[in-house]
Amino acid sequence: MTTVTQGGPPDLSGKNLSLRRAAANRAATIGIGLCVLIAAFPLILVAYQVVVRGGSAIGLDFLTEEIARNYRTAGGGMGPAIVGTLLITGMAALIAIPIGVLGAVYLNEYGKDRPLAKFIRTMADVMTGVPSIVMGLFIYVAYVLVIGERTGFGGALALACLMLPIVIRSTEEMLRLVPDELRQASAALGARKWRTTLSVVLPTASSGITSGSLLAVARAAGETAPIIVTVGLTYLYRPDLFAGQNTTLAAQIYRNATQPFEASQERAWGAALVLIAIVFLFTILSRIISARFAIDRR
Amino acid sequence: MPDGPSGAPGAGGVFGRSANETGVSILTATAPPETSEDLDLGGDSRARGADRSFRGLVTLAGLMVLVILALILVTTTLRAMPALRDEGLWGFITGTRWAPNEDIFGTFPMLYGTLVTSLIGMIVAVPVSIGIALFITEIAHRRVRKYIVTVVDLLATIPSVVFGLVGVLVVVPFITDWYQGFARLVDPIPVLSSIFDESNTGRNYFTAGLVLAIMTIPIITSIAREVFDTVPETDKQAAYALGATRWEMIRGAVLPHSFGGLVGASMLGLGRAMGETIAVALVIGGSFHISANMFDTGNTMAAVIAQQWGESTGLHTDALVGIGVVLFAITIIINFVARWVVRRAETKMRGAHS
Repeated sequence: MTTVTQGGPPDLSGKNLSLRRAAANRAATIGIGLCVLIAAFPLILVAYQVVVRGGSAIGLDFLTEEIARNYRTAGGGMGPAIVGTLLITGMAALIAIPIGVLGAVYLNEYGKDRPLAKFIRTMADVMTGVPSIVMGLFIYVAYVLVIGERTGFGGALALACLMLPIVIRSTEEMLRLVPDELRQASAALGARKWRTTLSVVLPTASSGITSGSLLAVARAAGETAPIIVTVGLTYLYRPDLFAGQNTTLAAQIYRNATQPFEASQERAWGAALVLIAIVFLFTILSRIISARFAIDRR
Repeated sequence: MPDGPSGAPGAGGVFGRSANETGVSILTATAPPETSEDLDLGGDSRARGADRSFRGLVTLAGLMVLVILALILVTTTLRAMPALRDEGLWGFITGTRWAPNEDIFGTFPMLYGTLVTSLIGMIVAVPVSIGIALFITEIAHRRVRKYIVTVVDLLATIPSVVFGLVGVLVVVPFITDWYQGFARLVDPIPVLSSIFDESNTGRNYFTAGLVLAIMTIPIITSIAREVFDTVPETDKQAAYALGATRWEMIRGAVLPHSFGGLVGASMLGLGRAMGETIAVALVIGGSFHISANMFDTGNTMAAVIAQQWGESTGLHTDALVGIGVVLFAITIIINFVARWVVRRAETKMRGAHS
């Protein structure tokens, strides 16, 4: 009855909310916002600590000199570990990316919805959940024990196993975005399927594939557990991945962080800064490349 | 062989080139400079052979996933056999004494530590991740959203050893007093006083759990976001039309719709937490007993492998590999079930609304 006489649109401003409902809404919004701060806090803490403590440890000598043999004494650098990180991760990428891309080609271009392809897809997802230490143990048993020596290549194999499922899934995602018209156009020109795949589908998706792979590389560069199991330790430059033990930044951080001595902890912070810089570089590269891809998709 | 994407290792020059390639590829690729031979549409045997061998090659690459998983299971189990036979599988898992010098390998303390630390991690990480995902999908302005996604992504890129380093050298010395203060605070309360008892070190189950929480937040958040994105806009608008506040809309439309997917996301986080090695190895303390006190030192399955690997020989090494086998089995099962739960929840939603 009364509504007729009042007229006008109903009040939707929320001023008439009961106090309880308004308070619940406000509290929930604040709580949800707080969650974001909880996630941001460790990021800021880690970044601050690593930059401040690592920054004071780092210098040109630190980047180039060989690793100190004694935990207690200051001096020495991380040169061999930097080279080891880049070489081992690079070798892992060389192994994992071609296999992963070809595997993704199978899933998206050939297997599609077949039972085998579905099974591989599921198992690739499951494989991303395999702990990195288990990959390390696997390579130790299947490779290091067979050739009888811990080498950088063993570490590369372990990292490649970790990267493979990530590369497969991200590449498949990218291949799915390639419009079917391109495949049909290529087929209409008489190109066979392998040729269509290699010269049309993969190049179209290439920046997406590159950015996904770079992300996998960034992940792998920071892995520690498989490295300490398969790679061993060295204090010297060891550019040959196939002979002799090797080392990486992540392994050096772990090794030095467990020591109670000032000098070794300092080295750990310096190595952490270098490692984070490398990982960020790969991540940012990946971002830039995937941003370009977004233009392609238009 | 594709030269752009597959040949891209860590070298910098390759990226610039492949990025350029895509710029022109759409224009050129549809009309590649073909030789007359390639234009032959008759399926001569060589062309067919090329097709077939390419198909074989990519199938082989796809099968690598299955081959590797099978190899992991077989080779590590075989290697761990001596230790498993020494204790018996049941004894290996349930034995409470770990004494490598006497060839006694009971891994229950580590299993307990793994469960306890990842449980603490999940109790912290799941609500926080759901909160972040809700903030990103429902609350944040589009421009703000980008930055929060970046924060979560950056959190995912920090190597676990760096979390461990900050944990052991910064957080542990700082937080020990807090633990002691909290233990004194809950001292009069019966159950809590035994769960949070006095301790003299910050290297304990609880610190490890906190580190695990931080490390699993990105993965749970990203899957929770995907799940929330599948909630139909019509449901949300319907809730608003009924006069719901935003929180009531989330509670009434978003959360019930996403429950299955969130369970799956949490399980994936759990799988990640159980397998996490280095960060935990640095902050867990490394003792081999079972303690109800969360502020007590302990160990986890993954951490003990990393800690003792260097000094292990013979049967001890086999036992460590055996721990890896058990860990592998547990994480595979959890992941499998989690993926299944997520997928089922997703198809159920799609089925209902399309």
